[in-house]
Amino acid sequence: MTDLFKYTVHLADNALILGHRNSEWTGHGPILEQDIAISNIALDLIGQARNFYQYAAQMQEGDRSLSTDVVSEDTLAYLRDAHEFRNCLLVEQPNGDWGATILRQFFFSAYQFYLYGQLQHSKDEMLASIAAKALKEVTYHLRWSAEWVIRLGDGTEESHNRMQHALNDLWKFTGELTQPAAFETQLVKEGISVDLAIIQPLWQEKVTAVLSEATLAGTDAKLDKAWMQTGGKEGRHTEHLGYILAEMQFLQRAYPGSTW
Amino acid sequence: MTKTETIQAQSIWQLLGEVYDPEVPVLSITDLGIVRNVEVKPGNEIMVTITPTYTGCPAMDVISMNIRLKLLEHGYKNIQVRSVLSPVWTTDWMSEAGKQKLKAYGIAPPNPGQQVCHPDLFQEDESVQCPRCNSYHTVMISRFGSTACKALYKCNDCQEPFDYFKCH
Repeated sequence: MTDLFKYTVHLADNALILGHRNSEWTGHGPILEQDIAISNIALDLIGQARNFYQYAAQMQEGDRSLSTDVVSEDTLAYLRDAHEFRNCLLVEQPNGDWGATILRQFFFSAYQFYLYGQLQHSKDEMLASIAAKALKEVTYHLRWSAEWVIRLGDGTEESHNRMQHALNDLWKFTGELTQPAAFETQLVKEGISVDLAIIQPLWQEKVTAVLSEATLAGTDAKLDKAWMQTGGKEGRHTEHLGYILAEMQFLQRAYPGSTW
Repeated sequence: MTKTETIQAQSIWQLLGEVYDPEVPVLSITDLGIVRNVEVKPGNEIMVTITPTYTGCPAMDVISMNIRLKLLEHGYKNIQVRSVLSPVWTTDWMSEAGKQKLKAYGIAPPNPGQQVCHPDLFQEDESVQCPRCNSYHTVMISRFGSTACKALYKCNDCQEPFDYFKCH
């Protein structure tokens, strides 16, 4: 398994798992317009996941010695177990209330915005074109989610408290977004993956600005020193991922190869 | 491509003008600007290159299938349809005729040179013309709409809600 394969699957898993989480809101959004919005974002993310998985599957097809089974975007999504997933812990966290979902989306969209902004210049043409395509959509997600963080954080007492609660819960999962895993380090040198040290301060600046406009406490040094939970990129997940997979993969596990 | 192959490619382009977007059935895929290339290779192998409007556009699979069916119907056999992501599709590739058809269908076509694709918060929304009464007195109801490529607006003059082909 090459570093490029691991990296591509990592990008795909991030998009798939958050896309799946967001899709849990479809039909349950607080108002119709926002139900449509979160479902559309889910669709965009799953589209990104498909592009990355298709690319990763091509790589494995090229190295058939690894396995005699056919690798496809579907086998990557539906037939791997939790420890083989390389998504960040943030995206697998439960939806919680609408505020927590919005904040999680904002943290992630801000990360994707800077990540894809760099990745579109990758020496790997396929990764570059997937990123360039998705960047326009991610820009839209970032704008939407940041506006909602401000609206809710600086809204009523109830919405403010809920956002503060979500921030306290989710913050510990944000450090991992910009901490490189072993498979990224070499790829950075080759000009393929994004140097997360470049995007970390950009992410921090954006998040600090939005949280402070949203009147949410904790944008100071206290959060900078906070302890961060990591491990997702290397396959060590919170308990929540297993439950997501149990639901998402059930059909393909129970009826292998079935199609719609 | 040889001269015959070029002529063949031209007639394939014309046929592709009869393949419609399943989500916006008044627009052909050439109006939409998603057909990037048609190549006829020796041995009559045909390669049609398309690009998605949005990464997750669920219509792409249906569109590929419809291209294949349309060409099969006209006697072409060896057909490949491939999808490329780069260069990235933009609403600027939509034809003028396509924009007129959209408007007649009740969807506001994209403004030329749309300005909203950057992450500044709480920007003033672009003024979008109501496709029914032509008023600019309209308001955005939802940044996201019925498909990935549209946002939802309402006209304050004729009171009609309508879709707008959003910035991209």
